[in-house]
Amino acid sequence: MTTAAPLPAPSPAAAATRRTLATAGRVLAQLRHDPRTVAMLLLVPCLLLVLLKYMYDDQPATFNRIGPELLGIFPLVVMFLVTSVAMLRERTSGTLERLLTMPLGKLDLLLGYALAFGVVALLQAALASVLTIGVLGLDVAGPTWLLFAVAVADGLLGMALGLLVSAFAATEFQAVQFLPAVLLPQLLLCGLFVPRGAMAPVLHWISDVLPLSYAVDAMSRITAQSGAGGRVIADLAVVAGCALLALALGAATLRRRTA
Amino acid sequence: MMNSLAGPSGDPAIRIERLVVRRGDHTVLPGLDLEVARGTVTGLLGPSGCGKTTLLRSVVGVQRTAGGTVTVLGQPAGSAALRNRVGYVTQAPSVYGDLTVGENLDYFAAVLGAPKGDPDRVIHQVGLDAHRRTPVARLSGGQRARVSLAAALLGHPELLVLDEPTVGLDPVLRQELWQLFRSLADAGTTLLVSSHVMDEATRCDLLLLMRDGRLLAHDTPAGLLATTGAPDVDSAFLALVRSPGQPAEETTETTR
Repeated sequence: MTTAAPLPAPSPAAAATRRTLATAGRVLAQLRHDPRTVAMLLLVPCLLLVLLKYMYDDQPATFNRIGPELLGIFPLVVMFLVTSVAMLRERTSGTLERLLTMPLGKLDLLLGYALAFGVVALLQAALASVLTIGVLGLDVAGPTWLLFAVAVADGLLGMALGLLVSAFAATEFQAVQFLPAVLLPQLLLCGLFVPRGAMAPVLHWISDVLPLSYAVDAMSRITAQSGAGGRVIADLAVVAGCALLALALGAATLRRRTA
Repeated sequence: MMNSLAGPSGDPAIRIERLVVRRGDHTVLPGLDLEVARGTVTGLLGPSGCGKTTLLRSVVGVQRTAGGTVTVLGQPAGSAALRNRVGYVTQAPSVYGDLTVGENLDYFAAVLGAPKGDPDRVIHQVGLDAHRRTPVARLSGGQRARVSLAAALLGHPELLVLDEPTVGLDPVLRQELWQLFRSLADAGTTLLVSSHVMDEATRCDLLLLMRDGRLLAHDTPAGLLATTGAPDVDSAFLALVRSPGQPAEETTETTR
């Protein structure tokens, strides 16, 4: 334990890890001070899934199709909202500028957020999956861990997209408007309403380049087939790749110098 | 004692040459030159909107500049090597309102790699011992400003850049903070403090009077009064504004 004033210079990697973990801890501490947000993060998806179950009470096949797709969509939507507002606050309150004048790498900050919200995404996915599979009787042919992995990847994708759009919002009103602007088109085209193969070619092409399509495809495949199919892994890779891309673009919007 | 690693002692803490900052079509700083010696308290005075914050942001290295150089502690302003040697307090307190005072400072200390007891030390320095566990959002405006100041004191920075740190504080607290600034300077820290309260000027070693992006004067408080023949800094400022051909020291060779 280092308690004395002159600290031994830690290795750059150890220092970066310390800053990342400190950032994740700080984000989680902020959540801890806001129990209402945490409760809504965790419970709202569960309540919606229960609602869905009773909507399709006499059509179990439909619930079996839509249920898992929603399990992939909820973490993305929720993380998108939380991150875009949290990062916007960080930008407008001046704390981001303060952090960027300190020895905090952009990656330290982004990974710190990813880690903290990743934990929340995992918790949310666990609760929603236990509920849908255990209580509401959803049939999942594939391995449960894969379902979790996809849900967490979706949550991280939502986080990365939220981070990116926060750079283009000046107020919290604007940040919230990015939900319909960025996520609703993906929701309409992801295959939830109309199978992607049945769409007009142009719409199909568009849906092919939208990451949510792969998130939803992965979830449907996991429930439909046993084992970790190559297609599922490929879908998962696309979602993770898009999350990384959005994170990199988001990092580019964190400027140490501003006008 | 803590800047024993610094270069030659004559090396200024801040050296600014022909600094130009534009915001849109508006030129905020048209070409500013300035040197600030180490271990001094320099007050930056001037009306709201004259470019004080822009100048401070340039020193910290968060301001996009259009020309000139800013050298801080021997390095280009904003370079990575300076990030734990310069403390910066913005006008609006930049701390997390939803965290407690202690949580805020613990986090910033971890980011800086400051020693373990540092949060308690700076909380004590700004007189917030009783509020370590209070969420910042529940503090008064003046207390919040002190949390922000405390964060800048973490890790013993060699240069402190403070943008109106005493706004909204009662006279007793203001006096205590100026005593703190003085003791930091005596220990070798350089302070650049902006204010629009002219009566704080007398507490500084050196004064910079600024107007419309230009320095009207760079002098000691006594020197300023002697040059202008004014009874106080407020009148000195007016005297300088009214006689533009009467610059004190290194003032108006700015671009024109």
